[in-house]
Amino acid sequence: MLNVNGLTISFTSREGTTRAVDNVNFSVTAGSTTAIIGESGSGKSVSCYGLLGLIPQPPGRIESGSALFLDTDLLRLNKHALRQIRGRDIAMVFQDPMTCLNPYMRVGAQLMEPLRYHRGASQSEAKRQALDLMAEVGIRDPEITINYYPYQFSGGMRQRVMIAMALINEPSLLIADEPTTALDVTVQAQILKLLSDIQLRRNIGILMISHDLAVVADIADQIIVMQEGKVVECGDRAAIFERPQHPYTRKLLASIPQGQKIPSSISSNPLVSVRNLCSWFKQDNETVKAVNDVSFDIYRGEVLGLVGESGSGKSTLGRSLLNLVPATSGQILFDGHEVISLAASELKSLRRRMQIIFQDPFASLNPRMTVYDTLAEPLLLHKLETRSSAAGRVLEIMDEVGLARSYVRKYPHEFSGGQRQRIAIGRALASRPDFIVADEAVSALDVTIQAQILDLMKTLAQEYGLTMLFISHDLAVIRQLADRVVVLQNGEIVEQAETTALFEYPQQDYTRRLLEAIPGKSLL
Amino acid sequence: MWRFIGSRLLQAIPVLLVVITVTFFLVRVAPGGPFSSEKAVTPEVKAALEAQYRLDRPVLEQYIAYLGDLIRGDLGPSFKYPGRSVNELIAAGFPVTAELALYALLVALLIGVGAGVVASLRPNTAQDYIPMSAAMIGICIPSLLLGPLLILVFGIYLDWLPVSGWGDMPGDKILPAITLGAVYAAYIARLSRAGMLEVMTQDYIRTARAKGIPEWRVVVVHGLRGGLTPVVAFLGPAFAGLLSGSFVVETIFQVPGLGRFYVQAAFNRDYTMILGATVFLSSLIVVFNLLSDVLNAWMNPRLRSRAGQNT
Amino acid sequence: MSTTSINALVDAEQGSSLWRDAWLRLSRNRPALAGFAVLTLFVLVAILTPWVAPYDYAQQNLELGATPPSADHWLGTDIFGRDLLTQIMYGGRISLAVGFIATAVALLIGVSWGAIAGYMGGRIDAVMMRLVDILYALPFMIFIVLLMVVFGRNMLLLFLAIGAVEWLTMARIMRAQVQSLRQQEFVEAAVSLGLSPLAIIWRHVIPNALGPIIVYTTLTVPSVMLLEAFLSFLGLGVQPPETSWGLLISFGTETMEEYPWLLFFPGLVLAITLFALNFLGDGLRDALDVRGAKD
Repeated sequence: MLNVNGLTISFTSREGTTRAVDNVNFSVTAGSTTAIIGESGSGKSVSCYGLLGLIPQPPGRIESGSALFLDTDLLRLNKHALRQIRGRDIAMVFQDPMTCLNPYMRVGAQLMEPLRYHRGASQSEAKRQALDLMAEVGIRDPEITINYYPYQFSGGMRQRVMIAMALINEPSLLIADEPTTALDVTVQAQILKLLSDIQLRRNIGILMISHDLAVVADIADQIIVMQEGKVVECGDRAAIFERPQHPYTRKLLASIPQGQKIPSSISSNPLVSVRNLCSWFKQDNETVKAVNDVSFDIYRGEVLGLVGESGSGKSTLGRSLLNLVPATSGQILFDGHEVISLAASELKSLRRRMQIIFQDPFASLNPRMTVYDTLAEPLLLHKLETRSSAAGRVLEIMDEVGLARSYVRKYPHEFSGGQRQRIAIGRALASRPDFIVADEAVSALDVTIQAQILDLMKTLAQEYGLTMLFISHDLAVIRQLADRVVVLQNGEIVEQAETTALFEYPQQDYTRRLLEAIPGKSLL
Repeated sequence: MWRFIGSRLLQAIPVLLVVITVTFFLVRVAPGGPFSSEKAVTPEVKAALEAQYRLDRPVLEQYIAYLGDLIRGDLGPSFKYPGRSVNELIAAGFPVTAELALYALLVALLIGVGAGVVASLRPNTAQDYIPMSAAMIGICIPSLLLGPLLILVFGIYLDWLPVSGWGDMPGDKILPAITLGAVYAAYIARLSRAGMLEVMTQDYIRTARAKGIPEWRVVVVHGLRGGLTPVVAFLGPAFAGLLSGSFVVETIFQVPGLGRFYVQAAFNRDYTMILGATVFLSSLIVVFNLLSDVLNAWMNPRLRSRAGQNT
Repeated sequence: MSTTSINALVDAEQGSSLWRDAWLRLSRNRPALAGFAVLTLFVLVAILTPWVAPYDYAQQNLELGATPPSADHWLGTDIFGRDLLTQIMYGGRISLAVGFIATAVALLIGVSWGAIAGYMGGRIDAVMMRLVDILYALPFMIFIVLLMVVFGRNMLLLFLAIGAVEWLTMARIMRAQVQSLRQQEFVEAAVSLGLSPLAIIWRHVIPNALGPIIVYTTLTVPSVMLLEAFLSFLGLGVQPPETSWGLLISFGTETMEEYPWLLFFPGLVLAITLFALNFLGDGLRDALDVRGAKD
């Protein structure tokens, strides 16, 4: 149905011309799914946007190639003809449903727009079809919600709206760019199911772009692996997963978090004890119970996994352990010290012993401080080193987290995401803490980088004898790292158990649902 | 929505009270009484005058009495023009100023939004540079310079348009309106360009393009709403600026508006007039800030419904 | 900073800080550089005016009267036969002084006010910003006219009054900066390291809030100068025998039919200064990548 041959796209910037997409071939057949896999910057999105004339030109330029779609070469069409195809024969679903819908327009009007423009449908006809389609993609009460603005929907529902909007002209090809990346796992599973149901019913071709092999493992028929603008390997699902040829594909496969931590020897002596902790705050005159009556222990030397979906209160819980957000009530004991009601001076000495690593390595480093400044700050603050001796220790830390020593005077914006996360880890470890909260510490990273950082954290946790609270939405990652797991839902603990027990014999419905939603089960 | 407007109105009351109080006491502590420039008057006449303006009573009592008058909408008699009330002076001058400000605002919006949107469609090309350079010139040539220059060129050298007055000769409203509006046209052009540039990179614009609707529809239906938000937010301050800008423009073109009266009152130390006009103009600006806020909230569906309309 | 000891330990690559990057971007921006050069020139001339002015400021020559530009008087003379260039130079001293001093006043009040409100948060923030909101709604132009009327045309008062108007926006920008920085994870990380609030403000907040403040400062100077010109034009600002560009434009307007150069040159100088400041401000905004500092 779609046959792309020798597609080459380049971008021109002040630094020169770069080939974002270099001689790429792929095809999609009706009723099947082709997935393009690659990390950020691999050119996977650009190649699809280029087909539909959705990259700005300049700076972009389609150098060569052809893209036959039902006997028409998309790359030879003029703007007007291409526009006729967009949204009618080929439709798109994008990554972030929060920003991809027009916030100023009711969803009904947005849904009907392609229909009215391409088919010249009447208002009432368009509305009838929109209502049918909303019901089909699983939006409740379409009669009412058709008049909603996007902000009145949850993320998953918005993505359903996006899908309905793409389907409304009954296209024969659907391009889905990371359609589930911004969603919770359980919602991701629903959306993936919806897409394959629709494909069955309507026999459409799907071209799916993703960075996550696990996500496409269950639904892709053909897989294209891209790296730095080139296709390094392509084949059907079985070939890619069972007989990967290219080293990069193997690396990607190896990066899928798998397996389980060998339980470490854990003392029965808790380092952190949390009792009846509540953290509430006010928002728009409503009390949000972000953390509600939570009790658990973290034993010395263990990694406790804290899992939950967005809005479950897991980040608030992690931060309140370190007294970064105020607790409303309850008790937190750290090595016998009450954390909540501590005086400033005592808190400071306690802070040396507990640290945090954040999700976003772009936001968690002060952009105006060099690596040296960032790493030396805790050393000097807690008088662990003198001004003259700090440099030696800073370089030592850089060795430990795997940063070249020569980068010591560079600034955060000069590093990649993975390197920044290494700096952030170094900062957290500098004061030789006993306890670390890792809040989605690998979620923002590409899979191969994610695997490296996880390895680094495992090694360092061992070396430093750390106790860790590892917060994540990703059960596969948790399984790899945690000795025990706490499952959080709506600010309350649903279940806590040893990792093996939890994964093999989940006791609660919610836990079971989370486990079922883990993508790539067919791989395990 | 109504609750939102109501709460904003309530918030406006302290603002007005501050204005009235500060202005009142400033004027009271001003050096030199209202009649000190006049010839010596007999004590009897002075006492009578002071009684008329309530100056013989304690300041606090004067203040309360003034507030009472205000509630009745009475701004008191003019110091300078015995027998005329401040209300009459404002009633004479304000319609002229309002008309001038309205024309200037229209000039500013039409030229500003047009130029800004056109420039934003092709950034960093001639289509962008030309209107934006014009906007830069507009910002750097203030009305007190632009007005005289326009008079020289169009009034004196070319002799196309009259250079003073208001409604006396055909076309005499053109130059004042352009002079007053030019700077705001320039600001609005920059605001709408920046707003449109920001919006046109949003994900939802890409969604709209992916639907295959024509580009003009992408810009007008999907882009303009968000892109012009900064312009709407600017309307309140712009209106305040237009009113104070009218001081200069009315002086240059000898337009008999409130701005000119105000400046004259300032020279004449016509304290009741200054007090009254300040209170009047301030209320007006407060009301316009309110309108601007309401319009802004109304354009944002989230604010609109939070304000109590859509539940 | 133990840079030397690091270099002794390892051959460190020189990093490129955001400030350096910004400077590089700015130095590629010709209009901004030109603006900066013009401003520097004008400020130097203003400072040195008493020594470099071609004529005595007050020296009249009634027989000469108003003459167009000539070899003796490059920009001509006014109706009293005074040298226009000298007048413009002395006027520039006052116009530029108002611009810079009032901006400094605004900077001082606004930045401290906004930083305190933003960092304290809660009720203190609410009260402080409520006050700013109330003042914001006041018609300040009218108020300055009022102040000038009530207290007479006093230069010091003019500085203070204009500064008092402009600090409001500065306070809002600073508060917004501090508030958004406070929620940044690197500030949270600093808290968890155990840094004191003062150290956090000094090391982590202020260096990152500086960009927008610099940009807005550059854009405040022209609006302050305009306010002064506006007041002087109306006769409510600077009074003879002192002079300013606004006042010179005002006099020039009165006689523009007969002696257009008396309007043209002061106007040109004012416009060039405004251009220079705006170009520099825009250039700084692009270089520091500050969004929404003014428009």
